[in-house]
Order: sequence, then C-alpha cells, then structure tokens
Amino acid sequence: MASIKGTRSRGIALHAVLVIGLLLSAFPFYWAVIMSTHTATEIFSYPPKLLPGSHFLQNVRSLFDNVDFFGSMLNSLLVASSVTFLVLLFDSLAAFVFAKFEFPGRRLLFGLLMLIFMVPTQLAIIPQFVMMAKIGWIGSMTALIVPAAANAFGIFWMRQYMRSAIHDELLDASRIDGANFLRQYWHVALPVVRPGLAFLGIFTFMGTWNDYAWPLVALTNPDNVTLQVALSQLNGVHGTTDYGMVMTGALLALVPLLIVFAIGAKQIIGDLGKGAVK
Amino acid sequence: MATALEKPPVVAEQTPTAGPRTGFRKYWHLYAAISPFYLLFLAFGLIPVGFSLYLSFHRWDGLGSMEWAGLSQYRYLLSDSDFWSSIGNTVIIWALATFPMIFLAMVTAVMLNSAVRFKNVYRFAYFLPNVTSVVAVAIVFGSVFSTNFGLMNALLQAVGLDQVAWLNTPWGIKVAIATLMTWQWTGYNAIIFLAGLQTIPSELYEAARVDGAGPVETFFRITLPQLRPTLLFVLVVSTVTGLQSFTEAQVLLQNTSNDSTFSGGPGHAGRTMVLYFFQQTFDNNDFGYGAAVAWGIFLVVVLFSIINWRLVQRRGEE
Repeated sequence: MASIKGTRSRGIALHAVLVIGLLLSAFPFYWAVIMSTHTATEIFSYPPKLLPGSHFLQNVRSLFDNVDFFGSMLNSLLVASSVTFLVLLFDSLAAFVFAKFEFPGRRLLFGLLMLIFMVPTQLAIIPQFVMMAKIGWIGSMTALIVPAAANAFGIFWMRQYMRSAIHDELLDASRIDGANFLRQYWHVALPVVRPGLAFLGIFTFMGTWNDYAWPLVALTNPDNVTLQVALSQLNGVHGTTDYGMVMTGALLALVPLLIVFAIGAKQIIGDLGKGAVK
Repeated sequence: MATALEKPPVVAEQTPTAGPRTGFRKYWHLYAAISPFYLLFLAFGLIPVGFSLYLSFHRWDGLGSMEWAGLSQYRYLLSDSDFWSSIGNTVIIWALATFPMIFLAMVTAVMLNSAVRFKNVYRFAYFLPNVTSVVAVAIVFGSVFSTNFGLMNALLQAVGLDQVAWLNTPWGIKVAIATLMTWQWTGYNAIIFLAGLQTIPSELYEAARVDGAGPVETFFRITLPQLRPTLLFVLVVSTVTGLQSFTEAQVLLQNTSNDSTFSGGPGHAGRTMVLYFFQQTFDNNDFGYGAAVAWGIFLVVVLFSIINWRLVQRRGEE
C-alpha cells in the first residue's frame, strides 16, 4: 500500500518537472505572441505585459508596409520545395544504388561520400560566391537551390534505411519480370521507403527554410530575399524602434514551419533517434 | 578495378548484391544514378575547397588581380589577436551552452523514459524549439534579454536585484547566446538520449535491482556506461555545430555596431570564429585572409572533435 502511494507521488513529481520543462520550451512562443499583440510603447513599459494585447492587426499592417513579407515567403517556399524535391530524387536514387547494387568503385565512392560529409561549409563559401558571381547566380534563388540539390547526409541516411526496407527477393522477382533499373526504383524501391522519404523530405524542407548564413551573403538584392534574411533586415533596421512589428514578423515566419512540423512530427521524432543509436 | 578484358559473367545481371565486376558499359545506369551528387560536390564542394586553399596563399579583394602572399596570411592569422579572441568567445559560448544542455537533456530523457503517460505530448513539445528558425528565435531572445524592456531584467527587478545590461557586457552577451542555444537544442538531444535509453536491455536494470542498487547508483553503473555511444554522438555533433555558430550571435547583436553587422556586439564579446570569418571576407573584402581564417576554423573544429572523441573513448576503457 505504502509503496503504491510512494510510486504515485513520485509519478506526480516527475510530471511536475516535465511540465516545467515543457513550459520553458513553449515560453518563447508565448512571449512572441505577447509582443506581437502590443504597441512599442506598451512593450517598453514596466511591469512587462504578460497577457496578449489588442494591436496584432496593426502590427501585421505595419509589417506588410515595411517589408515584402509575402514576396520573401514565396521565395522561401520556392527554394525550400525545390531543394526538397531535388534532394529526395537524387538522394534516393543514389541511396538505392549504394544499398542494393554492386559495381566497380562502389566502396571507394561511398567512402568518399562519408569524407564529404565532414567537410565544413565555410571552406567553400568564398569560392562559391566568386564562382556564382561570375555566372550571374548571385542575387537569385538559383544560388541557393543548385548547390543544395543533393547531399551526403541524405544519401547515407536513405541507404541505411533502404538496406533493410527493400527485400532482395522483391528486386529479383521484378528483374525476372523484365523490369529495368528505373522501373525497379520507381515501382519496387520507392513505395517501400515512403516513410523514410517523408522523414528526409520534412527534415530537408525545415533545414532549407531556416538557412541563413549563405542566403545572407548570396542574395545581394535586398528586395529579393528569403524570409529569414527579410526578418533579419527588419530586426536590423527597426529592431530598436518597433519591436511589436518585428516580433509579428518573427511569429508569422514560424507558422509554415509549425504546420510542416505538426504534420510530420511523429515521423521526425521517431526516426531522429534511429540514426544516432545505430 | 575492372578492365575491358574481363569477360562479363552472365550471372551479373541476376544477382544485384553480389555481381562480379565488369566494364563500365554494363553499369552505366548505376553511375548515372549516383552522378548528380558527385557532380554537384565537384562543382560546389571539391573545386571551391581546393580554390580556397589556393586563395589562402594570396592577397585578393575579389575584384582586382590576385597577388601571391606565400604563408603570410597564415603567419598573420597566428599573430591576429582578434582571431584568437574569437576562438575564446566561441569556446566559452560553446561550453556555456553544451554542458548544461547535455546535463538537462540527459535528465529529461531519463524522466521521459520512466514517465508512461503523455510521452508523445512531451516529446512533441520538447522538440518544438529545434524546428523553429534561429533568426526568429534570436529576435525573440533579443527582447527577453533587452536592457530596456527585457523580461530578464523585469524578473531581476521584481525580486529586488540590480538589472544587467545583458547585450552590452562581455559575459551578458555570452550568457544570452548560450541560453538561446541551450533552449533550442536540449529537447532535440533529449529525444536522441531517449532513443539510446530505450536500447538498454531491461534485464540490466532488473539485475541492479536484485543487487539492491539505488537509482543514483543504477544511473552511474548502468545507464551512463550504456549510453556512451549516444553521448559521444551528441557531444561530437554539438561540438561541430556549436563551434561553427553564427546566426545566433549575428542576429542578436547586428544592431550594436554601425559599421558591421558581423561585429559581435560591444567589445566584440559575441564575435564567434565564423562571424569573424564573415567580417573579414564580406565586410573587409579580404578574400585571401578570409580563406586562411576558414582553414583556421576548420583546424580548431577538427582538434576539438579529436579531444572529445579521446575523452569519451578513454572513459569507456576504464
């Protein structure tokens, strides 16, 4: 009896601590909502406002007046969805080959892939910038899309996934039926690895959506940027004056991500750990 | 490697995973399927990295002609106190963020592992900070740590303490950046630790209970040693990403200087290595020196990764 009681109170204490952690995780989002619903004067007053105010729509209006919010959001959508599509296509093709086929140079090429995984991006930034300036990509979204169209992480991850998910018997059967490589990829491999593609797709989309350093230097035309760069401009210029508006921008920029995350959360959280413990 | 003289065996077509080697023509479709990545890497990885090595031995402003500089960029790098202080800033911020983060993440994971109910709700909520953009989060944290109207100072004032000019003092800046990073990565790593915890066989825990081990002893004797591979993974990833941090400090401190958005705040206290790299390259247009700085950063990251690896490995052998 006593031990049951002890277990229960321990359970309550456990949940109490976990809920505190949950509130700490959620608090900045709440804070962003508070700030985006107040005027600058209200934000600067003491004691700080802890409940939402009534100036959200005004803040939204001045946000849209000050920055091309939808234009930059469209740019972000264009970049993130193109990169995601290309990454899914190229990475899954390469992963299929590395997971299921034997050919000369396979080990060497895969080893090279793992090495590439470790090369830091700064090393390539200057030459990339110079090269792209020469071919006229600087300032356009192409500069963000093309270099990101395939990556070592995705190929490695998909290969691990495909090795166990696609059964050799299925491939053999399809070959006997006369299916060529592309048909096998499309009709045998892809349907089986759809959950893996969902993980990689969501992961890539969110990562690309949040990219900042390279877009900041590559998008030289301040009127044609991605959402993250636009937000940063807004913060740089208006950060010290109209905090309500800047915070509204930050909040609205989070919305598409939260939607994507809500759709794919189960996949993301479930698969994330797999790669780490394997 | 295969030569054209080898006879292509007939079985090659039938056994995909164990086909003997033969000429290029037989496998061209496989090479074609993996080629996009390698072509992109060649164009945007290998050639640029090679070029940046070449560049680091030159003086170049990106427009005029390149001038051979020998080792002078690297010699300057070694004596450049700004670069060394940026290493110091980066390491301090990394340590301030990483150790509390790993501790909190592990505690959270252990608690999540023993909590039966609402596990998915917690996992969802704890992961949320990690999917949000660093830019947006840095803007929000900028307001939390603001000297004039920030929540932190309001809290300090409410309990009767002196206010702190967070984004104006060397330690305030570092604490603010580290807090942001800890907030953003604790839940992510907790979920990775949780996955690691779930691979520990329950017989081990039962054996410990039979032996009369308490929860603390169980944690240090069983949980921690079993979790070592996961810990290594988390530590290495945190080191590689933490030492290359850029966005947090850049967005938090971009307003503080009139001449450079990469200044890292008053006294350059938040100027990380990568911020310094951007400042030298894109504000000063010093492409040659920027390339040398990039290689310097690379070496520092490699060095720290090796140290991490050694530390965790050695503890494993004891």
